[in-house]
Amino acid sequence: MSSVARFWRKIPQRYNLIGTRCTTCGRYFFPPRSFCPDCRRAGKIVSYKFPGTGTVVTYTIIRTASEQFEQMTPYALAIVKLDEGPLFTAQLVCSPEEARIGMRVRPVFRRISADGESGVIHYGTKYVPEE
Amino acid sequence: MRDVAVIGVGCTTFGEKWDTSFRDLFVEAGALALEDAGVSGEQIGAMYVGNMSAGRFIEQEHIGALIADYAGLASTHIPSTRVEAACASGGLSFRQAFISVASGLEDIVVAAGVEKMTDVASGASVDALAGAADREWEGFVGATFPGLYAMIAHEYMSRYPLTREQLAQVAVKNHYNGARNPIAQFQQEISLETVLKSTLVADPLRLFDCSPITDGAAAVVLAPLDLARKFTDTPVRVLASAQASDTIALHDRRDISTLDATVAAGRRAFAMAGITPKEIDLVEVHDCFTIAEICAIEDLGFCRKGEAGRLTEEGVTALDGDLPVNTSGGLKACGHPVGATGIKQVCEVVMQLRGQAGKRQVDGARIGMTHNVGGTGATVAVHIMGV
Ligand SMILES: [Zn+2]
Repeated sequence: MSSVARFWRKIPQRYNLIGTRCTTCGRYFFPPRSFCPDCRRAGKIVSYKFPGTGTVVTYTIIRTASEQFEQMTPYALAIVKLDEGPLFTAQLVCSPEEARIGMRVRPVFRRISADGESGVIHYGTKYVPEE
Repeated sequence: MRDVAVIGVGCTTFGEKWDTSFRDLFVEAGALALEDAGVSGEQIGAMYVGNMSAGRFIEQEHIGALIADYAGLASTHIPSTRVEAACASGGLSFRQAFISVASGLEDIVVAAGVEKMTDVASGASVDALAGAADREWEGFVGATFPGLYAMIAHEYMSRYPLTREQLAQVAVKNHYNGARNPIAQFQQEISLETVLKSTLVADPLRLFDCSPITDGAAAVVLAPLDLARKFTDTPVRVLASAQASDTIALHDRRDISTLDATVAAGRRAFAMAGITPKEIDLVEVHDCFTIAEICAIEDLGFCRKGEAGRLTEEGVTALDGDLPVNTSGGLKACGHPVGATGIKQVCEVVMQLRGQAGKRQVDGARIGMTHNVGGTGATVAVHIMGV
């Protein structure tokens, strides 16, 4: 994986689910965007901290992974729709049998991957079933 | 804008070519295409080459100049340009060559594509391919390429009537076609059971739902239509060239299981050619995974959303069906040397329209289409050709 700085730069967003919101049209963005695709230059972007609860739109169980994720297989990966509207990709912390479309989920702070070569451990947000 | 024709095609065999280098691959494909066109090196005005990731796969960048050099054209100083759009690099290379000829800037232009993928370990190639999606917000959390298409498949299957068997039939059909294509990586027919019992890669996708890791190169020669007859008796006209883009990440799409870039590029291509989907005799679609072929058939407008599984099961997309899809074997059976795939699709359509496709010939084919996708649908190139 590439430089450590590249991933540290995004730590506030990844650790705390800080995205953005366009005050012109009201649309929420996570991952954050600094330019609204609907309002373009007329959009006014402010920071927004998502509570993080959402719903699984689709998922898969990854059984063959790239090198940094090899030791974690099998793991559930999903597209989660946050209650404010934006969708993003995250791992689910649940058994492969438990994962399903429509499942309500909430965020937890977990280790995402370990870079074998540099020894750097990346953290971020994963999701657990809400119940 | 001038009318443009393809006057020559050339393709290496596809596969895990341990004894062949990156340079050997494109020199072979280029020589075959020039031979087929009856064109000499000095007549070439410009070259474009589709290549996704030579930097990751063989630690070599600056591919445009390298190719011109090893094709023996360094002394002619022709402009040679690398084009990159992940798995759609080949399709975009063809489109750049088309634009160059259509504009009147150049007469004879080569469009090529090449990828050498087996010089790195499989984990490293999985990681390189993940760069076709969003590295920071998909790859970072462990999304693989099969994983992203698996999420398309799950979402699709929760909304439309697609059975696991219909999905497997895509692979069975493409292997049947591949077994009739001398350049294909896989030359064996397979059964539904082979697909359904193969290892799970990313649920619901199994090993035989996925296109393989492949080495290969392809090249074609383009010329203005009014010059084409000087070189060949069978010029194939480029009736339309279209390209579209969409969000880099799958999670940002309007609809997870519709590739809007395919819809847009398809509509633009049909409008440019002035024809409808009914007039297409065969189509090469981007079946990097079985679910991708299902989505492509629908998103290009050949049927309504949710119908492609049934059409596949009924044999409509088979070699002897009403709409043969992926007569080359597709990415699934012919192989998927990422940057070369879009050019190989053009080679296949040209050979079909010339009546040179041997055991997989579609009788009386007059109009063919190619559909080349980058990433999970962030770039799409569609071309229509006719005789
Ligand atoms: Zn806005």
